[in-house]
Amino acid sequence: MSDTLLVEPSAVSPTQRVVGGLLRSREIAVGAVLVLVVVLTTIKNPNFLFSSDGWRDLLLSPSLLLLLAVGQTVVIITRNVDLSVGSILGLTAYFTGKLFVDHPGLPIWVVFLAGTAMGALLGLVNGALVAFGKVPALVITLGTLYIYRGIFLSWAGSDRINAGDMPSDFLALGTKTILTIPVLTIIGFVVLAAVGYYLYTARGGRELYAIGSDPDAAVLYGLPTRTRVLSAFVLCGALAGLAGVVYAARYGTVSSGAGYGMELQAVGAAVIGGVAIFGGSGTVWGAAIGAFLLVTINRALPVVGISDFWQRAVVGALIIAAIVLDRVFSAREERRLVAARDEMRKS
Amino acid sequence: MTDSPALVLRDVAKSFGAVVALRSGSLEVEPGSIHALVGENGAGKSTLVKIVAGVHRRDAGTFQLHGTDVDFGSTAESKAAGVAVIYQEPTLFPDLSVTENIFMGRQPLGRGRRIDRAAMYAEAEQLFNRLGVAIDPRRPAKGLSIADQQIIEIAKAISLDASVLIMDEPTAALSGVEVERLFAVARSLRDEGRALVFISHRFDEVFELCDTVTVMRDGDYVSTDAIADTSVDRIVSRMVGREVAELFPKTTAEIGDVVLEVDGLSSLGTFHDVSFTVRSGEIVGLAGLVGAGRSEIARAVFGVDTYDTGSVRMSGKSVAAHKPRAAIRAGIAFVPEDRRKQGLVTDASVARNVAAVIRRGLTHAGLLTNRDENRAAGPWAGRLEVKTSALDMTAATMSGGNQQKVVLAKWLATEPRLLIIDEPTRGIDVGTKAEVHRLLSDLAGQGLAILMISSELPEVLGMADRVLVVCEGRITAELSRDEATPERVMHAATANVTHTGELHQEATA
Repeated sequence: MSDTLLVEPSAVSPTQRVVGGLLRSREIAVGAVLVLVVVLTTIKNPNFLFSSDGWRDLLLSPSLLLLLAVGQTVVIITRNVDLSVGSILGLTAYFTGKLFVDHPGLPIWVVFLAGTAMGALLGLVNGALVAFGKVPALVITLGTLYIYRGIFLSWAGSDRINAGDMPSDFLALGTKTILTIPVLTIIGFVVLAAVGYYLYTARGGRELYAIGSDPDAAVLYGLPTRTRVLSAFVLCGALAGLAGVVYAARYGTVSSGAGYGMELQAVGAAVIGGVAIFGGSGTVWGAAIGAFLLVTINRALPVVGISDFWQRAVVGALIIAAIVLDRVFSAREERRLVAARDEMRKS
Repeated sequence: MTDSPALVLRDVAKSFGAVVALRSGSLEVEPGSIHALVGENGAGKSTLVKIVAGVHRRDAGTFQLHGTDVDFGSTAESKAAGVAVIYQEPTLFPDLSVTENIFMGRQPLGRGRRIDRAAMYAEAEQLFNRLGVAIDPRRPAKGLSIADQQIIEIAKAISLDASVLIMDEPTAALSGVEVERLFAVARSLRDEGRALVFISHRFDEVFELCDTVTVMRDGDYVSTDAIADTSVDRIVSRMVGREVAELFPKTTAEIGDVVLEVDGLSSLGTFHDVSFTVRSGEIVGLAGLVGAGRSEIARAVFGVDTYDTGSVRMSGKSVAAHKPRAAIRAGIAFVPEDRRKQGLVTDASVARNVAAVIRRGLTHAGLLTNRDENRAAGPWAGRLEVKTSALDMTAATMSGGNQQKVVLAKWLATEPRLLIIDEPTRGIDVGTKAEVHRLLSDLAGQGLAILMISSELPEVLGMADRVLVVCEGRITAELSRDEATPERVMHAATANVTHTGELHQEATA
C-alpha cells in the first residue's frame, strides 16, 4: 500500500506559492494597467496627477463607483446580479436631500445611517424576491430598476435638491481631505477593507463563493443559501444607499437623473476586476481597482485628446478584453491542473 | 438507547407528483456494521438515501436515528444529527480549493471567528494521508478527475465524524487501489462503532466489505440477510424478481467493411500514436485502467477535443478534426461517459432530448413543434423500452438506466454508421445492463460499427469482437475475441504502469 503514497503535494515553498499567486493574480494585472494609464496621461499633461486638483480627482471621482462595485461584487459572487443599484443610489440621494430640507439640524451621521438603511431596505426587496421567489436576479432587479426609478420620479417630480438645501458641513465632506486623501474616498476604502476581510476570512463570506460556484451543491452541503443570497442583496443595497448619500455630498445637487446607468458601470468594474460573471470567483479588491480604472480612463481620454465617442468604445473594449482574457487564462489554468494530475499519476 | 439500531427506516414512502419513487422502504442498520443496500436502478435506493440526508421529506413511515424519531427538513439538520452522505454524483465547488470543499460551512475558526486556514490545510492533508492519496490541498476542485472528486467526497464525509455514513456508489469511478483504501477506512470506521450503508452494483465489493445486505425492488423492501447466509445468485434473483437472463448476449454478427479508420492519432500529454479500425457489425472494446486515455481518444475521434497529429477517416473519407458536427454528418454517434453533464439535457423532456440532434430535419418552415418531436422520438423510445409515463416527462426525474436509453435513442435517431459508447452501463443495475447489452448486440447485428469503452472486464470480454487495450495513452495490445482473457488484458493494461492498479471485475454472471 505504501506505493500509493506518491509525492508530497506541496513541493513548492510557501514564498514561491505566494509569488506565483501574485504574478497570476488579476488584481495586479489590472492595477498595472491603471498605473500605465495614469503615467501616460501624466506625461501628456502633468496636471493630470501633479496639480492639487488632479490628485484629488484621481482619488475622489471613483469613490462612488467603488462603493457600488464592492456591493455588486458580493452579489455577482453568488451567481446573481443587481441592476437596481443606480436607481437605489438616485432614490437615496434625493432622500438625503429631503431629510435636510424637512429636518434641518439633523446630525450628519444620522443622515448617513438613514440613507444606508433605506438602501438596505430596497436591497431587501430585491433579495427576498430572488431568494424566495426563485426568479432570476436579472429579471427581478431589471424590474426594480424601473420601479425604484419610477418612485423617485413621481416623488421628486420636477423638483430638485440644490446645494443651498443642504448644510455646508455636509457639502464640505465632498471636498475635505485627510492627509491629501478625500474623506469620501476614505469611506470607500474602509468599506472595501471590511467587505474584503469578511469575504476572505469569515465562514459566511466563503459560503457566498460556494453558493455561486455551484448552487445545487451548496444546498446539499446544508448551507443557508437563501439567507446568504438575501444578505448579499441587502449589503449591495445598503452600499448603494451609502453611495447615494456620498453622491449628495459630492455633487450638492440631486436631480431625477442621479445614478442613471451606474448599475452597468458597477457590473463593468467588477468584470474588469476579474469577478466571474457566473459567480464563485473574484475579489472586491479586483472590483475596486476595476472601478478606479474605469473612471480614470474616462477622465484620461479627453486629456489625451480622444473624442467622446471613442471613450465609450474604449470602456467596452476593456470589458470584452477582460472577459476574453478570463477565458484564455482559465482554459490554460485548467490544462495546467490536468497536466499536474497526469504528472502525479505517472510518478 | 444503547441497544437501539443506529438507523431505522420502516415503511417509508415518497412520491414526486404522480411518480411513486418509494412505496415502502425499510432499512435497519446496527452500529458497528456495514450494511449493503442493493437493488436495480429505480428501486428507490437513492430516494431512501436522500430522505435520510434531509434532501427530501418522506410522505409516510417511521424514521429513527439512535432510537429517536427524526424528521429532517434540510441537509444541515441531518449533518448536525451525525449523518454523512456520499452522493452518487460528486457535488463540489469547482472554484474553491479542495480543502474549502471539504470544510465548507464548518471551517475551523481561530481568533475573532476568522477561518484558521493553516489548521484547515493541515487537517485536509491528514485526511488525504489516511486515504493514501496525494492531492494538493490548495488546488481548486476544478480539473479533478471523477475519481479524485469522489476521493474529496469521501474525505468530506469522513471529516464529518458522523455516526451514520451512507455511501451511494462511492466506488463507481475508483481504481482498484483506491477502492482498497476506501474499504480499509470504512472498516476502521465500523470498528469505531459507526453505522455504514454501502450502495453498490458490484457484488464482489458487497461481499468483501459488508456484513448485512438489504435488497429493494420497485420502491419496496424485499429482504435483509446476513452476507454469510446468502449468495450472489440469490440476491440477484431477489433484485430482479426473476432469474437473470444471460448478461452478455452478444450474438455473432456479419463483419463487413472498415467503417472507422484512425491513423497515428496523438495529442500531447493524453495519447500517442493511436491507430485502429472498426468494421461494420463489429464491436471493438477499448479496455484499460481508469485514466488511461480511452475517453480522450473517443472524444478526439468524435471531434469534441482536438488532436495534434494523425487522421480520422469514415468509410475512406477523412473527417475534419475538432468538429463534432462534421463527425455527426459523417455518421458518428457518441454516447459519453458522464450522462448528466454531456449527454442529456436533464431539464428537457424525453422527446426533446431524443430529437435534439436531428432537429434540423424535423423543422417545418423553420419551426419545431412538440408534436414533431414526439413523433420522431416515439419509435426510438419505444424500441429501447424507456420506462417513462410520457415523452413529455423531463429526463432529470428518470433513473440512470432509463437516462442511458434516452441518450442512446437520441443518437440512434441520427441513423449513424458508427456508435462510440463510453462506459455504457456505468451506474446501471443488472437488469438494465443486460438490456443495454442486448441492444448493442442487436445494433451490431444490423451492421452498425460500435466502439465501446468499458472499465468492466467481463463486459469487454463478453461483448467485444476485438479488444484494444490502452495503457497510458498508447494501445498496448490488440486481442481477438478468442485471445482475450482477463489475464492478457490485465497484463497489457498495466504494461508500463509503475503503481499497481486493476480493472474492476464484477462477480455478476
